[in-house]
Amino acid sequence: MSRPIWIVRDYLRCTGCRRCEIACSLSHEGWIWPEASRIRVFMPFPGVEIPHFCAQCDDYPCVKSCPVEAISIDEKTTAVLVDRDRCTGCGLCIRACPGSIPFLHPKDGKTTICDLCNGDPQCVKVCTEARYNAIYVVEEGKNVHRKLFSRHPIEVAKDVAVNLFGEKGEEVI
Amino acid sequence: MPRGYAGKLLDVDLSKGVVKDIAVSDLVLETYFGGRGLAAKILWDRLGKKWAEVDPLGPENLFIALTGPLTGIYPGARICCSGKSPLSNGIVGATASTEFASELKTAGYDGVIVSGRASGPVYILITDEGGEIRAADRLWGKTGVETIKSINREVTEELKKRKPNIGIWREPAFIYIGPAGENLVRNAAVMTKLCHAAGYGGYGAVMGSKNLKAIVAKGRGPMPTVAAPETVKILWREVHNFLISRDRFRRWGTGYGGYSVGFETSSEPVRNWQDEWHDERGFGGPRFDYRFWVKRYWADFNCTTSCMKVSCIKTGQWKGDITDMPDYELQAYCGTNLGIFDAESNIHVSTVIDDLGHSGINGPNVMAFAAELYQRGILNREDFGFELNWGDAEAFTKLAWLIAKREKIGDILAEGTYRAAKRISEMKGIDVTPYAVHCKGIEIGAHGTRSGKDMNPIGYAASPQGGDHTSTVKDGYDDMRWSVFGDSAVICSFCFYDTLIWDFARAVTGWNITKHRWCTEYGPRILTLQQSVLLLGGPDIFWDPEKDFDNPPRFYEPLPSGPDKDKTTDRKVVEEMRLNYYKAMGWDEKGIPTKETLERLGLSEVDEQLKRIR
Repeated sequence: MSRPIWIVRDYLRCTGCRRCEIACSLSHEGWIWPEASRIRVFMPFPGVEIPHFCAQCDDYPCVKSCPVEAISIDEKTTAVLVDRDRCTGCGLCIRACPGSIPFLHPKDGKTTICDLCNGDPQCVKVCTEARYNAIYVVEEGKNVHRKLFSRHPIEVAKDVAVNLFGEKGEEVI
Repeated sequence: MPRGYAGKLLDVDLSKGVVKDIAVSDLVLETYFGGRGLAAKILWDRLGKKWAEVDPLGPENLFIALTGPLTGIYPGARICCSGKSPLSNGIVGATASTEFASELKTAGYDGVIVSGRASGPVYILITDEGGEIRAADRLWGKTGVETIKSINREVTEELKKRKPNIGIWREPAFIYIGPAGENLVRNAAVMTKLCHAAGYGGYGAVMGSKNLKAIVAKGRGPMPTVAAPETVKILWREVHNFLISRDRFRRWGTGYGGYSVGFETSSEPVRNWQDEWHDERGFGGPRFDYRFWVKRYWADFNCTTSCMKVSCIKTGQWKGDITDMPDYELQAYCGTNLGIFDAESNIHVSTVIDDLGHSGINGPNVMAFAAELYQRGILNREDFGFELNWGDAEAFTKLAWLIAKREKIGDILAEGTYRAAKRISEMKGIDVTPYAVHCKGIEIGAHGTRSGKDMNPIGYAASPQGGDHTSTVKDGYDDMRWSVFGDSAVICSFCFYDTLIWDFARAVTGWNITKHRWCTEYGPRILTLQQSVLLLGGPDIFWDPEKDFDNPPRFYEPLPSGPDKDKTTDRKVVEEMRLNYYKAMGWDEKGIPTKETLERLGLSEVDEQLKRIR
């Protein structure tokens, strides 16, 4: 299952059920832990649900920012991998990320980034099973568009709110 | 510590400004589970001996918000709000779907108990570091949408200030009240998200009486551990597979009921229940669906039922109105029961009702009651300051504001349908109580008994939660398994999966809970305690078991139209079913729990108090 993949995100289809967070944390943490999930759904206003997770920028600014070389790229899947033993929790990768996507794990304070589950993302499975299809996998290599999805969730939410609510959407977030 | 629980409650005394963590004994948890059951136990322990004297809107009452052992783990997380009800003087477990429930548990709390009264507006903030009382002067007076925006912004900034380096803070989740709760509108709801509400019981007014605008939670920890995690993981998938298989319900929720419950089953309130049938095709589901639903699948934490949909009016005079669906209950109560038969007006009224923090069923029940009095010439233009004709959405939103702000006749209507009916009867010298559609002070949900095709004849009449359509009674056994369990486990009725849910409960808690044990021990214990305090009542109203444990008079009038024309609720059947129900519950023929039953359920001390009314 190791091939270059990318998770497509369709914000308008996200229901806010957060099963992606449950599946992610079950897989990575062994139990339900929403704030340790590598995918986090933001809801700055009810109805506006924004799944927020690594977009695998083609130039990987997080990798370059790490002073201890704890972040690397999985050559097979193109995922960002964190060496938790090396990571010092300095937070420079969060600042380097155009979407402020990495976060420090609530337990050990180490940076936490989607690793694409070695090519078989668990979040996508549950979203697909529920037939929401807010996230789904495509097989494609690095490209310039990916980085466009690395955005602050509030910024994305402002766009989605207008799409959903028209003029009123300008006010709600 | 028992599994499935975070292990502590936050105990807040707003009068003294004291916040502390408390533990609940394993035995109490195993006996009362959580949510409604545990709330009833806490209320009894703290207020039982002086129950009749406790003013529900006084500082001695408690506002309780509890999760249960299944909350957040079983699909469909909810919060259960309770206290001494300002409507029934009993105990109601009012639940609402919300991420507040999962945030509480991941912050390490199973719930919050609030006593006393703050000197000024406050909110409670709960994080992994504990609970704190914070000033809410800026939030007081704000409507729902404004409250949501303000709390999201303010609390997220505060959390960021405290821990700036961990990455982006996700917004917190919260329960709050609107102007209706602040101004002690007796049937006001506890709100969450846009229009999700713990509606029955009037707990929005209880929060308001404590100057408590909101309780906000943000947890960064894991869900509590469970007894058999591998089994829970398998069952979690199984239950979701079942929920996902219910295609039609997922697609429409209850949003097509506004047409079919009237047309098909003749049990939908129309013009204050003067009728229960209509054939208005213009009020059909597709009108809502294709014109207004901007999100057709919308869910709360850990839910794949996604019965809720987001509606938005994008054109015309009400442009910018945003609401949930409305679901069937609000299609009926903010629609047909006000003589409104078009989707746009219905969405507009629902939006205003929710924004003001009225309960979407109970608030508009009072409005329809007022409109019938206007129709009959008992109330008139001077009482309202405007005409109140059936179907006039603008007039009804004006009335919603009058009630929320307690202005003009709104001050009386804010007392809830039953109390308002008594006051207006005195004021006008005409008995208007036959037009009040409530049961034991609690306005009735949008399912009638007259056609015989929907609610059973004693569903409300014999229930300790009165008019609450989400927790009705029937036979004293099978009726225990759905909402009494759901409100105590605290999960959503629409995610309920009979059979698997009992396996789930055992796998989470490790206790030997079976459907049979629930229906013969746990359920009866909770309902018997609820029934006991309801009978103890007070201070303003005491229910007469021989008179008040009945349907409202309107439910005995013949249906005026439709295929079930002339049908009505059969009094003989009501009396017979009620007696059978009391017998099954181990209550006497008046509905008072017997000494033997109380002893069997471990409620002997309740018997002491009930002696007064035997």
